[in-house]
Amino acid sequence: MSKTLLDKVWEAHTVRTLPNGATQLLIGTHLIHEVTSPQAFGMLRDLGLKVLYPHRTFATVDHIVPTDERVEPFSDDLADAMIKALRQNCAENGITFFDLPTGKQGIVHIVGPEQGITQPGTTIACGDSHTSTHGAFGAIAFGIGTSQVRDVLATQTMALHKPKVRRVEVNGKLAPGVYAKDVILHIIRKLGVNGGLGYAYEFAGSTFDAFTQEERMTVCNMSIEGGARVGYVNPDNTTFEYLKGRPFAPKGADWDAAVARWKATASDADAKYDDVVTYNAADIAPTVTWGINPGQAIFIHEKVPFASEVPEKDRATAEEALAHMHLKSGAPIKGTKVDVAFLGSCTNGRLSDLQEVARHIKGRKVREGVKAIVVPGSQGVASVAESMGLAEIFRNAGFEWRGAGCSMCLGMNPDKLVGDQLCASSSNRNFKGRQGSPTGRTVLMSPLMVAAAAVTGEISDAREVFGVK
Amino acid sequence: MALEKITQVAGRGVYVPGEDLDTDRIIPARFMKCITFDGLGEFAFYDARSFAKADGQVHPLDDERFQGASILLSGSNFGCGSSREHAPQALYRFGIRAIVAESFAEIFFGNSITLGMPCVIASSEDIRAIAALIESDPAAVLTLDLTEKKISIADTDFPVTIAAHAHEALVSGKWDAIADLLEGLDAVKSRANVLPYMAA
Repeated sequence: MSKTLLDKVWEAHTVRTLPNGATQLLIGTHLIHEVTSPQAFGMLRDLGLKVLYPHRTFATVDHIVPTDERVEPFSDDLADAMIKALRQNCAENGITFFDLPTGKQGIVHIVGPEQGITQPGTTIACGDSHTSTHGAFGAIAFGIGTSQVRDVLATQTMALHKPKVRRVEVNGKLAPGVYAKDVILHIIRKLGVNGGLGYAYEFAGSTFDAFTQEERMTVCNMSIEGGARVGYVNPDNTTFEYLKGRPFAPKGADWDAAVARWKATASDADAKYDDVVTYNAADIAPTVTWGINPGQAIFIHEKVPFASEVPEKDRATAEEALAHMHLKSGAPIKGTKVDVAFLGSCTNGRLSDLQEVARHIKGRKVREGVKAIVVPGSQGVASVAESMGLAEIFRNAGFEWRGAGCSMCLGMNPDKLVGDQLCASSSNRNFKGRQGSPTGRTVLMSPLMVAAAAVTGEISDAREVFGVK
Repeated sequence: MALEKITQVAGRGVYVPGEDLDTDRIIPARFMKCITFDGLGEFAFYDARSFAKADGQVHPLDDERFQGASILLSGSNFGCGSSREHAPQALYRFGIRAIVAESFAEIFFGNSITLGMPCVIASSEDIRAIAALIESDPAAVLTLDLTEKKISIADTDFPVTIAAHAHEALVSGKWDAIADLLEGLDAVKSRANVLPYMAA
């Protein structure tokens, strides 16, 4: 005993040790999308190799799909070539493709869990750094580059080195109006954007225990923003309940056997960690970023820092961030004018995110001059939200209700910031140029904070705007 | 598939200062609408270079003095953010063959090694000292010696470090893992057979 979930999953998936000391690790589930896979299929063809386990490879299209006009051919020739390439690669290799007409398309990190493909105790890889999302189910999930996509297609394995494990413990109950997004932004602020280098983060403690499966996904999703390639939560009844009955989840007697196995993959009570950090949920307030990386974050009632206040190492980046964001040191972040409000992404584009916002936005109006869009994370999320009347609530409030995709999280589709627009965004990265305009400005926050910004036209405390108590 | 044993990289240097230079900075996402990596080189640091130009300045990658440089120097947490291999591919295709920084983000590091592009760590002071030497003599050749784990310029040696596995992979010509992985296919199938979720 005394093993972490990572130890157990690593052991169960180790094929052998390679000559250079790396582990050849079996990757049980491979998720692919249109951006990072075409070159990998090209390499496969050049090497005369085949996809080894087509039935363990699943594809969808998300980064480049338009969220408004979705009729093919897309007006963007490059985007059109990418979806066609993926369609052909999947057809030629017998890979399941959750394509646009299937009604199951969406952001890869939303589709996997939704279909029940993401399961505890498994290994998952995808050519996308937010693959850490799947760790919410007690899977060990890696974001990988295209050469590794090739490796997984051809061998269902990768050469990897086992990371250390840091237990990130948060205990207690979050105050009303404080969300999973605030928790992970707070953790990154405290541990730094490269604090997780070489580590897997095990998110534990009573706060995560009480979280829904979707809240856990929001947290694990942003592990990589803290430098940790892998993040996970130990699987429990919340996980099993979420998975039960989903299309790819085990059925009947297989289900019971699977749950027994899954339970056994959780970290042992006496597991040894390389590091442990602990936070109190009660200390966390709604959090927003002020800079150009997700670690540059403050509570909504705090003031934009002076570069001189940050550690010397981070000072140059802070100065660059303040200049890029046009924010004034010493001034409150609250009240900063907002041009765009974006609700969506693999971080916060799930049904519970939309439900929570809809509950508060009902009867309110987006401020004139603010462009507000809601982009459901998948066609599945969209269709349930529509049947529940959420789409109508958003439309009545003045939001545009869009089709599923990555949308404005990154500038690979028509949804982009223009010029130096400032976007209140429920996404995961505030890097310079991330939202498609080199001078565009991103302020990361929880979905309800995005809604508050949409309603007031400025960065606001959602608890005040919506009377959350 | 015999690969070149990478023990040494020699070439002129270029210093791109900054901490946490992320993959969106190295290659903005809008340039990833492609189905091959060809032609990505010209988009390396595209926005940063455009900004510099608009401000009447010259980005180091566009500075005439550093044209043809093949060793890039930068700050800490280089390549953080996305897993896009497009980032090291863009740098490689721009002509970069080795990177020296204070630290590297994990996925970027792995992607670079797989391309046979060493990423080595040096101290902040040494990187600045090397940058100053490059600035005073842009034609000076930097030599990264992976066997000796040092980088030399103008008769001065600076120590560098690199993760042992990456070092071994580069100097033994096994930086692209695919050949090793393929050799283990029988073991892969045996392992897969004992995992219930791998069943067809």
